[in-house]
Amino acid sequence: MSSISITVNGERHAVDAAPDTPLLWVLRDSLGMTGTKFGCGMAQCGACTVHLDGVPIRSCVTPVSTVGAKKITTIEGLSPDRSHALQQAWIAEEVPQCGYCQSGQLMSAAALLAKHPKPTDAQIDQAMNGNICRCGTYNRIRKAIHRAAQGA
Amino acid sequence: MATGVDVSRRDFLKVGATAGAGLMISFSLPVVDRLGRTLGAAGVTPFEPNGWFTVGTDGIITIFADKAEMGQGVTTSLPMIVAEELDADWATVRIEFAKVGPDHQKMRGRGQGTGGSTSVRTSWDPLRKAGAQGREMLVAAAAQKWGVDASALRTEKGKVFHDASGRSIGYGDLADDAAKMPLPASPKLKDAKDYTLVGTRMKRVDVPQKVDGTARFGIDVKVPGMLVATVARCSVCGGKVKKFDATKAKAIKGVRDVVQISSGVAVVADGYWPALQGKRALEITWDEGEHHALSSSDIAAQFKTLGASPGSEVHKQGDVSGASAKTIEAEYHLPFLAHASMEPMNCTADVRADGCEIWAPTQAPTATFDMAQKFTGLASDKIQVYSTFIGGGFGRRFETDFVRDAVEVSKAIGKPVKVIWSREDDMQHDFYRPASLHRFTASLDASGAPVSWTHRIVAPSVIARLMPSAPPKGYVDGDSVAGAGKEFPYAIPNRRAEYMMAETPVPVGFWRSVGLSQNAFVIESFIDEVAHAGKQDPIELRRKLLADKPRHLGVLNAAVAKANEQPLPKGRARGVAVVEGFGSFVAQVAEISVDRGAITVHRVVCAIDCGRAINPDTIEAQTESGIVYGLTAALMGEISLDKGRIKQSNFHDYRVMRLTEMPRIEVHIVPSTERPGGVGEPGTPPIAPAVANAVFALTGKRLRQLPLKLDA
Repeated sequence: MSSISITVNGERHAVDAAPDTPLLWVLRDSLGMTGTKFGCGMAQCGACTVHLDGVPIRSCVTPVSTVGAKKITTIEGLSPDRSHALQQAWIAEEVPQCGYCQSGQLMSAAALLAKHPKPTDAQIDQAMNGNICRCGTYNRIRKAIHRAAQGA
Repeated sequence: MATGVDVSRRDFLKVGATAGAGLMISFSLPVVDRLGRTLGAAGVTPFEPNGWFTVGTDGIITIFADKAEMGQGVTTSLPMIVAEELDADWATVRIEFAKVGPDHQKMRGRGQGTGGSTSVRTSWDPLRKAGAQGREMLVAAAAQKWGVDASALRTEKGKVFHDASGRSIGYGDLADDAAKMPLPASPKLKDAKDYTLVGTRMKRVDVPQKVDGTARFGIDVKVPGMLVATVARCSVCGGKVKKFDATKAKAIKGVRDVVQISSGVAVVADGYWPALQGKRALEITWDEGEHHALSSSDIAAQFKTLGASPGSEVHKQGDVSGASAKTIEAEYHLPFLAHASMEPMNCTADVRADGCEIWAPTQAPTATFDMAQKFTGLASDKIQVYSTFIGGGFGRRFETDFVRDAVEVSKAIGKPVKVIWSREDDMQHDFYRPASLHRFTASLDASGAPVSWTHRIVAPSVIARLMPSAPPKGYVDGDSVAGAGKEFPYAIPNRRAEYMMAETPVPVGFWRSVGLSQNAFVIESFIDEVAHAGKQDPIELRRKLLADKPRHLGVLNAAVAKANEQPLPKGRARGVAVVEGFGSFVAQVAEISVDRGAITVHRVVCAIDCGRAINPDTIEAQTESGIVYGLTAALMGEISLDKGRIKQSNFHDYRVMRLTEMPRIEVHIVPSTERPGGVGEPGTPPIAPAVANAVFALTGKRLRQLPLKLDA
């Protein structure tokens, strides 16, 4: 166990965790930030998606020791008040059902829009195919991404 | 009463309306305040006529949802029903999860559970009555206050009006007086034409907190002093721990304890990661039991043998042995399936000498309560179950095995504990959708019309597993034969259905749409076979045989008409299926193409008649969800066994639909004034046969096994 310094949503934290601890469990268990979800533990489902310097990564397979000075953004940091265009679009399209995967879906979509403000369907396919939703909200997800892009 | 078990519902879940953002709710767990604050904020004396809701003196109406929210939108649709009859102002409505215990008994007089697509259809009558009772009592209070006749008063948006004098008064100002009025036994219900909430596209109250990470699921529960545990389980069905050495596990930093429980060996730690590391370091010798050599092919052979003999009679009409011009036979096979909900199984429990609290993402709070009571031996007023949001249920969370894990570990270590299953645990220790075998025979007359139909079903029984002792010989599980008995819709004069219960060591459970998830596939495929054998159009034959089934015909015709609004692109074909279940009727048209053996589903047109629609947007969403769930099973779902072990372990080898594989889906709600039917499950059964029938239409190949596979 050692003290590791990470920056989450603009705030620095010193956490006591084994270096191989996945970032997901540091966020959830050490920092109490439970918006990021555990789904598979092997980068198969995308529920744990967060941004590392703006790049979407699977926090369930990212050892906390590899994060270094890179800035972590989680769902809690996407906006302070659900004002991100995607959050608004998610609400407008009534995307979530059980809602468990949606933090990861939103973080993948947010990284996509940051890179491609007006994404094509092919770009949405590429960015979103790693995120599983067992409620099958995919078509509303696609619609909401287009809505957010148009409003942006 | 012990501290901790007296936490009020109000503490558990807080809801508030904020201007401009519509109704917003936050389901806050009582973990920050376990000292048990009294119900209601200072100065608010709630009027609580029947246990379903309260009206505070501040005018806030709090409605208790006693059904689990796992994506169906019931925390919106159920309160809509109460608010409609109460004439509440939706903007002042708050929603709380009901606790399990005496409160609920008062509300409904029976157990609390969410399944079988029953939430709305079993709540429609009691919730309307509850709302109407409250409205009449508020009106009676106003009548007394003003000295006028109740019949001279009307209600609208949380106020009582006396138009003759121009007076009005808010429900909050009447709450104290209303509480003294007698409870009307048979309140007058609204005429449907006066509905202002039911039937509207109401925004779901749980959506805002599901876009910013604040929604609390079971896995997010945190109780002061809580540890986290995960359990090592025998990978062979029915296997047990023989002995174990926890020395290496306990040496891992953060591991606090290792205890044996009935499901395996639990490693308790400061967090999930050290617990998982500890689990990996355990040295366990397993007693693999008698099923260590079992494979899927053994089970298939067992089913084949069972299917060779007649089963128990499920339904019989006419004589299926008569002479005919043509006879066709077919045999269908379906695999075991996992539920694979996004949120892995988990539960938090705090078992003390003086009480037990459980926070669980459960579809079965009452069963959870009963299990905790049985295991702890505590009095019923010492046990409290709190429901949380559920990250996907699909029937898996009707079981209480994951609750028992937490109760056992907490009891053993004397501390609150959250048990989290890994995805591999979840996939390999599920209660699976039963595998099954189906044998059909049909005979046709010279005109190609079917005159007889026999269906023999070989399948394990979920209900038999839940029985305290083995079922009698010849037992028929009604779920296993759903759709095949007297409810079979097609007018075929001579018919016989049989069931042969298969016993396998693979644990089986309720899986979205249960028996219909299998029987609809085989029946709707075989009726297609019958049509083609008789040289008839499958849609036309269905129409003929459903002539006296107006709701089946209604959805069939609606789905076909909507599908035909767009021409069929070259290289594609369509297939159709129509299924009744859970009080609703669904028809689907699937449009597919095939490229080197790979089936692509491009478009699904669905018509649903679910009776009166409460919230159309959630009906569309749930129906689409059911289609995607069924399509995953149709195209890729299969759990198999090797050496007594489930072979699949995670999403890499138990594939589920992803965004790029999605067809366009159109859901059309057929208008109806019938009683509300279910919507959580009815979307699932028709999709597999609709796709299989389309594959036949395109390729001439009849696929009689799921998942659907063509040779490349």
